[in-house]
Amino acid sequence: MSGLREVRLSTTPTAEAVADLRLGDIVYLDGLMYTAREGVYKRALEDKANIPMDLPHDSAANFHCSPAARINADGSFDMGAVTATASFRFAKWLPEWMEKTGARLIIGKGGMSSKDYKGYFVPNGAVYLSTVGYGTGALLGRGIEHVEAVHWNDELGLAQAMWVIKCNKMGPFIVASDLNGDCLFERENAKIAKNVAKVYEGTTPAVLKRYGETNDPTDEVI
Amino acid sequence: MISIECIQQTAESLMDKAAIEIPTDYHHALKKAARTEDGELSTFVLKSMLDNYEVAKEDRCAMCGDTGVPRWFVKFGNEASVEGGMVALEAALRRATANATHNVPLRPNRVHPLWRTDHNNNVGIGAPEIEYGFEPEGDWIDLITVHKGGLFGTDYRMLFPSDGIQGIKRFYLDSLMAFGKRGLACQPAIIGIGLGGSKDICMSLGKRASTLRVVGSRNPDPEIATLEDEFKELGNSIGMGAMGFVGKHMVIDCNIEVGYCHTGGMPMSVHAFCLSSRRAVARLFPDGRVEYRTDPDWFTPYQRRETIEWEPNNPNTTTTTTEALT
Repeated sequence: MSGLREVRLSTTPTAEAVADLRLGDIVYLDGLMYTAREGVYKRALEDKANIPMDLPHDSAANFHCSPAARINADGSFDMGAVTATASFRFAKWLPEWMEKTGARLIIGKGGMSSKDYKGYFVPNGAVYLSTVGYGTGALLGRGIEHVEAVHWNDELGLAQAMWVIKCNKMGPFIVASDLNGDCLFERENAKIAKNVAKVYEGTTPAVLKRYGETNDPTDEVI
Repeated sequence: MISIECIQQTAESLMDKAAIEIPTDYHHALKKAARTEDGELSTFVLKSMLDNYEVAKEDRCAMCGDTGVPRWFVKFGNEASVEGGMVALEAALRRATANATHNVPLRPNRVHPLWRTDHNNNVGIGAPEIEYGFEPEGDWIDLITVHKGGLFGTDYRMLFPSDGIQGIKRFYLDSLMAFGKRGLACQPAIIGIGLGGSKDICMSLGKRASTLRVVGSRNPDPEIATLEDEFKELGNSIGMGAMGFVGKHMVIDCNIEVGYCHTGGMPMSVHAFCLSSRRAVARLFPDGRVEYRTDPDWFTPYQRRETIEWEPNNPNTTTTTTEALT
């Protein structure tokens, strides 16, 4: 595929493997990955429940995802498509989560800001991998070797539960931050920003304003 | 009479199709976009999405893990009747939604807004939404399911006549910029714009414009059709492609629907029907025939009817119950 570099990466990656990743690399993952989003963060960090996995020994890859899945009557699992949910909403829990779990790969939709990356990703030796699309749910589904476990389903429901997935060349993902704390999406925003004034030429801001509004379309809303 | 069993079975099959099979019109348009995209990362994204559609069909697996918030649009020919009546029909659609959520499987996205209660079946208070439309002739019903994403890409604003077309353009661009960055809107998308109506109708006009009209359709008002072309072009000239990467495909198409509004206002809504534009349609006949299609064909002349045969102070028009058909 064109000039993009493809990388196979373990979900318990070495520090060197993480350091080697470059913005825009296409990544395929091998090993155990777990889903955790607001439900899991709240339960683990605010309600102080014991995390039912040995982290980061088992996995250093936190997927911001709720799968399209079911639990069968015999207790087995069927997982169909998996795609990510937007990560910026989880910034308030992530620093503590990383410190507690040693997560080095945060996988989701849309990435975080370079401020987040520089503030707590880089000090924890962590990078952000974005899903592609969004979302390539069926493609990612093929990378699931099996579902290892589902934790906290009773407490949180299927969509918020902690799913543990065995990945086999699961992907594609795109490297969206690096160990400099640089952000792929902000880099692309900056390139696009040059053209924005021209596209907006002649348009007028609404006569009725809204509190908290920006009139600079090169700003972000996250 | 259309049997309730036929309705439920068809509805379950529609849920499956919507989640798994990308509609032809969107698929063709995305293939075309992938051929002409020149941003390196954007091109990779579009090609991955095209691969994803194939894998979803082969594996009978939902295209996207976020299977959206399933909803129903039901249209009745004026002579249609349903076994057990409308309450039975609603129950059948709710059951089909629950069954399909478990069987496909779909992600059980629907929760209580405060208590976050999840029935694990996409059914709850007010969910799935079921909306109705009617046509002057026919003994059939059309079942349409749409599984639209539910978080980003949509906005509403009360504009005023003095905002004019330049104000409409501004809010359109603002919405694309706000939700296009980082690909929050999961573009390239079918952008639906609702103009006019009261606030709630403005939102549903825009949502219907994005989800119930196919790529390439045009509003019958020639000036609105020109705006649709112009807005599509404008959105694609930002320089932003899939995932907010540099590229030239943000808007697969732009559909505008209008409704009459308060004389002082010009409310506007913008909606994005994403890379997994999930919709499926079937027409059910009383003899048990079911015809599947992907074009909802919702916006008929009757749906866009402008007025009623009416003259003030004429007693012959004050008791009339049938409306002009166009």
